[in-house]
Amino acid sequence: MKVLIRQQKREIEIAGRRSVRAVLSELRVNPETVLVIRGTELLTPDAHLDDEDTIELRPVVSGGGV
Amino acid sequence: MRCQKCRSEASLEIRRHHAAFCATHFLDFFERQVERAVETGKMFTREDRVLVVVSGGKDSLALWDVLCRLGYQTTGLYINLGIGQYSEESQQKAAAYARSLGAPLLIADIPGEFGIGVEQFARATGRASCSACGLSKRYLFNRVALDHGFSVVATGHNLDDEAAVLLGNLLHWQTAYLARQAPVLPSTHPRLVKKVKPLYRIAEREAAAYAVIRGIDYIVEECPNSVGAKSLLYKEALNLLEQAAPGTKQSLYWGFLERGLPLIRGEDDPVLRACQYCEQPTTAEVCAFCRMTERAADRMRIRRCHEQSLSVARSSGEANRARSSNPVPPHAAATHGDLPL
Repeated sequence: MKVLIRQQKREIEIAGRRSVRAVLSELRVNPETVLVIRGTELLTPDAHLDDEDTIELRPVVSGGGV
Repeated sequence: MRCQKCRSEASLEIRRHHAAFCATHFLDFFERQVERAVETGKMFTREDRVLVVVSGGKDSLALWDVLCRLGYQTTGLYINLGIGQYSEESQQKAAAYARSLGAPLLIADIPGEFGIGVEQFARATGRASCSACGLSKRYLFNRVALDHGFSVVATGHNLDDEAAVLLGNLLHWQTAYLARQAPVLPSTHPRLVKKVKPLYRIAEREAAAYAVIRGIDYIVEECPNSVGAKSLLYKEALNLLEQAAPGTKQSLYWGFLERGLPLIRGEDDPVLRACQYCEQPTTAEVCAFCRMTERAADRMRIRRCHEQSLSVARSSGEANRARSSNPVPPHAAATHGDLPL
């Protein structure tokens, strides 16, 4: 599957079916800090991903502030 | 994972509530949380004109969207901070969203009004970028609200923002800041507009999910000046805790509002008066924003003079080299001391 890591502006390939939770754990990404998006659909940690899937890890943490 | 309301496939798990929702029921959850914050905090009513400060990011656009859907009278305010391409892109996002919503958007342009942006303010005064930026935004949204007759200003601060600020204030025992860290800050001076944070019950991840589900085109890229900001370090620490113990951020901030704030409220309550330059409320004779812009103007003037003097010295040097067969006395090149400051 293709994983677009938005924060690092890079795309990586991971082979083999696995859960969103497993992908995040493999990439050492805290699930609290991203949304996992496939197309326009948000995925929960137990959702399964196949080789042909493309997902985006979109960061949700913003800094600074008023 | 199944939606706890309709048993269809869930879009988002909310571990701190032991819940998961499909897109439709998540939107219901989100609206209920915001409505509850507005009503229990007596933030505003449907008769009030609310100025919503929008940055083009997920939180503020989600806030504007949900308040419109809940039937509140809102106007957006975008503050162009002069942070290069980032400000241009975020302004475009805010303006495009306003058009799609059919809602009015006001724009305050810092470089347009002051000649320089917040980065130059920060550099010229030795402040951290986020500090100069925050000060400028607070000053401008209060002034715009007063000028346009809004009774309340709403910002998109979420639960994670508030928990991170609280952690920072606790680590340094900033009691004056702690006493004012509430989602509703009433007007305590005729020229200070009430400020509210209707997303304080919403986690940052939920605000992003709301924006994605609603199809809001927000600026995903982070402000370039926030790299290394303390608030991000505190958020990272809190997210590690949250991962191990869901509900940590909520329990920290909501617990503080319920049990900590009543103990310290009123401590170090500042007495406000009008700034002698701009008449905005301040605890000093001159408000922090006017002091910052004045210092920045001084530094810029000094720097311009210094650059002019270097340029004069350079051209004198070149002229001297050109006239090397007929040298001039050394003092003739030292003209920079005469430049006006």
